[in-house]
Amino acid sequence: MDTKYIIGVIVLLIVIVGAYLAFAGGSSTEEEKITIAGSTSVQPVAEKLAEKYMEKHPNVKITVQGGGSSVGLKSIGDGTADIGTYSSELKDDETAGITSYEIAKDGIVIAANNENSVNDLTTEQAKEIFGGNITNWDAVDGVSATINVITREDGSGTRDAFISIVMGGKEGTPILKTAVVQSSTEAVKQSVKGDPNAIGYISLADLSDDIKALQVDGVSPSNETILDGTYKIQRPFLFLTKGDAEGATLDFINWVLSAEGQEIIKETGAVPVK
Amino acid sequence: MPKNIDEYLIEKGLFITAISSVVIILLIIVFIFWEGYPAILNIGFFDFLFGMEWSPSNDLYGIFPMIIGSLAITGLSLLMAIPLGIFCAIFMAEIAPKQMRKILRPTIQTLSGIPSVVYGFFGLIVLVPFMRVQFGGTGFSMFTASIILTVMILPIIVSVSEDAIKSVPSEYKEASMALGATHWQTIKNVLFPAAIPGIITSIILGMGRAIGETLAIIMVAGNVVQIPSSIFDPVRALTSNIAIEMGYATGIHYNALFATGIVLIFMILVLLVIANYFHYKKKVTVGGGYL
Repeated sequence: MDTKYIIGVIVLLIVIVGAYLAFAGGSSTEEEKITIAGSTSVQPVAEKLAEKYMEKHPNVKITVQGGGSSVGLKSIGDGTADIGTYSSELKDDETAGITSYEIAKDGIVIAANNENSVNDLTTEQAKEIFGGNITNWDAVDGVSATINVITREDGSGTRDAFISIVMGGKEGTPILKTAVVQSSTEAVKQSVKGDPNAIGYISLADLSDDIKALQVDGVSPSNETILDGTYKIQRPFLFLTKGDAEGATLDFINWVLSAEGQEIIKETGAVPVK
Repeated sequence: MPKNIDEYLIEKGLFITAISSVVIILLIIVFIFWEGYPAILNIGFFDFLFGMEWSPSNDLYGIFPMIIGSLAITGLSLLMAIPLGIFCAIFMAEIAPKQMRKILRPTIQTLSGIPSVVYGFFGLIVLVPFMRVQFGGTGFSMFTASIILTVMILPIIVSVSEDAIKSVPSEYKEASMALGATHWQTIKNVLFPAAIPGIITSIILGMGRAIGETLAIIMVAGNVVQIPSSIFDPVRALTSNIAIEMGYATGIHYNALFATGIVLIFMILVLLVIANYFHYKKKVTVGGGYL
């Protein structure tokens, strides 16, 4: 082989390794760092909280990442995050060595188009619709039209919560296979808004006037009905730490649970727990 | 050491910049195979490639419906974009008056500059409701996605084909006209055949973009994992599958998404090889060189 090429490759390797060292070797400062990772449902709430907290405490740097609830649990386990966020009840086998703090509650709203005449579903009817056993709106006292079911992608926190609360968990009824899959809350909202016969589910925090929240078992979703437990389709927003929280992380969690933090949670549309 | 050190350094510097893209693509491919291989091993090659069920929460990883989905969306959009693009290119290269070309060219270039998320959002808000009203169903369909893709790849096909037609030596055209052929006969029998390799290149580029497009497709295709029975059925493309689920995937699911990437790479390679074959087969040789 030509020595020119060998030299070239060696030079290239040096450049790559050099660049790697230069970028990977981060500088350390004296500020406190908190990394939050996990549920994409909790993410906007955590971002807002982090933003306000950093305004008050300039020496604290909080980074918020998504990834999903499973990432939240995993990243506190391997230490890549100080706080893992989680948007459903913890399973029993997951709680070992983990402290969980419930910072808020969230309701999942079954959304339909404003033009739809149906206002009320039972949990059972919702299950039948999303499972594909009821396919026409006339079966639930609506006009005769095919129901266009819109769901979220596998792994979404909202979908997981919806499956475990409404569909009866993994062993329950699976969501209709031919349901249209949208990969964000906004896409679900736009789909429902554009189709009089569509049905979907979103977080209460994301509900707006252009779509209609259906009553479930006669109860409208609202902060009050979620807090007193009468609205059934709800889930907790959890902050998880490995062992008990300490230092800057504990200060932050305490602030989140204080009146001030809870007020900010309310602003984001989630339901404060205190 | 060579006498002229400047010359030597510049040569090596240029070599490094040239080789870096090769190294980068090799690194990416190695990484994708590294991450994807465990999934194929675990799931089984045939179960993965020809499995009909994709349901990560139930440990079912079959991507066959998505392979069909990707190919169908791309095929349908090419079916619409190729005639549209080639005729548009012929018009722009040969027929359009100068003034009109001045307007058409920048307009088509602007089309290619619009980010795909904008196309996707436009599709979701405007095209999907329109399709639902016109053709029934949910409006999310393979056809809707193909229309969006057609608009996205049209600028590539038009501009590259136009360049190809324009670069046909003017002697060809003059000779044809001198023999008494009409303008259309000249275009049909002389210019177009001579420009075929360039036009095929434009189709390859368009196809590459179509098969790799993700965001716009996610928003309008409906993302249902099924083999479509009509063009108005929702489908999921391979790229969409990776993008939709990457955020949550862990363990074997994560590896399976990389394995989806491997399949995508192979699909693109095969399509490129086929397209290149036609590209060289149709090459027109003139004297010592070719067009």
